[in-house]
Amino acid sequence: MSEKLERLSQVLAEKLGERAKSLVLASGELTLVVSAGDYSAVALLLRDDPDLKFEQLVDLTGLDYSSYAGVEQPGRFAVSVHLLSVSKNVRLRLRVFAEDESFPMLDSVCEIWPSANWFEREAFDLFGIVFLNHPDLRRILTDYGFVGYPFRKDFPISGYVEMRYDQELGRVVYQPVSIEPRENTPRIVRDENYGNVGNG
Amino acid sequence: MAEIRNYTINFGPQHPSAHGVLRLVLELDGEVVERADPHIGLLHRGTEKLAETRTWVQSVPYMDRLDYVSMMCNEHAYCMSIERLLGLEVPLRAQYIRVLFDEITRVLNHLLAVGTHALDIGAMTMVLYTFREREDLMDAYEAVSGARMHAAYYRPGGVYRDLPDRMPQYEVSKWKSAKTVKELNENRQGSLLDFLEDFTQRFPKYVDEYETLLTDNRIWKQRTVGIGVVTPEKALALGFSGVMLRGSGIEWDLRKKQPYEVYDQLDFDIPVGVEGDCYDRYLCRIEEMRQSNRIMKQCIDWLRKNPGPVISSNHKVAPPSRERMKGNMEELIHHFKLFTEGMHVPPGEVYAAVEHPKGEFGVYAVSDGANKPYRLKLRSPGFAHLSAMDEMSRGHMIADVVAIIGTMDIVFGDVDR
Repeated sequence: MSEKLERLSQVLAEKLGERAKSLVLASGELTLVVSAGDYSAVALLLRDDPDLKFEQLVDLTGLDYSSYAGVEQPGRFAVSVHLLSVSKNVRLRLRVFAEDESFPMLDSVCEIWPSANWFEREAFDLFGIVFLNHPDLRRILTDYGFVGYPFRKDFPISGYVEMRYDQELGRVVYQPVSIEPRENTPRIVRDENYGNVGNG
Repeated sequence: MAEIRNYTINFGPQHPSAHGVLRLVLELDGEVVERADPHIGLLHRGTEKLAETRTWVQSVPYMDRLDYVSMMCNEHAYCMSIERLLGLEVPLRAQYIRVLFDEITRVLNHLLAVGTHALDIGAMTMVLYTFREREDLMDAYEAVSGARMHAAYYRPGGVYRDLPDRMPQYEVSKWKSAKTVKELNENRQGSLLDFLEDFTQRFPKYVDEYETLLTDNRIWKQRTVGIGVVTPEKALALGFSGVMLRGSGIEWDLRKKQPYEVYDQLDFDIPVGVEGDCYDRYLCRIEEMRQSNRIMKQCIDWLRKNPGPVISSNHKVAPPSRERMKGNMEELIHHFKLFTEGMHVPPGEVYAAVEHPKGEFGVYAVSDGANKPYRLKLRSPGFAHLSAMDEMSRGHMIADVVAIIGTMDIVFGDVDR
């Protein structure tokens, strides 16, 4: 598998040249990072080039790197796309960072892979990433009339509003949440070799 | 002439054929569907966000609640993603147990899928037959984990414990006489493996029974042949996987193409459809059940002959046994650290996919070295399939919408996450 990926990595480096910001092979997976400007052109190349032929978009997801404790990332919001080539039996992860942090915006790849439609709606719903030229960019998972982007790191786990049935008004009402978020196990990042499986 | 307008109806969210909480807004021209707009998210529980606030192990039970008819397969993908990030080797016996239970889960899922699909389009008897066999397999779940559905049996590094030597038995009660109990307990005298072996011998006959009911059934064929046809190119572009892709004639199964665990050492075939309609997908599901039965048999044989550990001995990841924990200070510390702080997973990202009964279930885990995931994305097959609802149902009659929902094998825990 890894020979295949190394070969793919070389092919990609050749074809993309400057456009490949980084090309990393880690844990048996290849990750390609491109800039937001090159995103849709690269996507089209990945689908149509006879040496690449990534026919299927398996997954597309938003990412919010604002509290990432690992290596520093070039931006706050990113989109990771998992591509699969059924004919060549190989996978690729394509990542693109949105340039503007206050209003993250990226090209839509719906035209290239129709399966991106709902995945992009989901990323818009949960992270507030806007996809340009998306045919139908509505919220998908959250409630009708929901405010905010729940999967952003600054959105509290218990949310801002709760809903209950009001006996007197005879309808459902929204009110500020009455519960406090509680953290049972704190989030801890230890130094490098602490949890190393090799030491177990 | 009277003005004729398109009519918009709400299908669901409380409709028995909507397989849960699907709200489908259908725009109809007479009885023909012009546009289908699925509204999902009524069962959205924010599993991915919740997982960010729990330690790695604490999220395992959440995975059961995603696709709640193929519980262990979800756990499998999640555990595999952690193991890949850690670079952890799983003991061989645990791999066989996982494959055995993955296949049990596949049968469980397909039984429900075929049964309810038939129920939706008018064949009431089918579901009564399939639930009879589901009962036995649920008992197998219960025997290993104590829970009939939400098992939490797979753990990073292996499985929670070895297969039991004794199968739980029925007891005499107000509702069950001594005679009935004796009959019910007949195949439960030995171990779990004996029970499952007995099941694998009975099962092909049961599948024949389902086929007598449906395969040549005229009404069944009228409702499924030529309905929801998807061409291979379309299927790929729409992000289909699993039976939905194979039904269209593309030979793609992760168990063969990108084998994980011990699938490369087992002997089984992949059924592929020709037409890409609901009927072909039904035939694929039936054949997959037979193939799963074959895999189960091979796993049972292997498991009988090869005892061994079922979870990694690395105590940074898997807890030590109770006995050793109580007798040894170091093990006690390991136990304490694991259950309070949890394991630390090295920084990195990984996408682990399994051939889930419904398609490709993937877990995209991003870690920054903490004891909790930084981001967990669950790629559920149902989500991609349902997004093609509009494409698949356009131009069909309204009654065919139900057949198409059934063939997609939608489960809302999985679509909404």
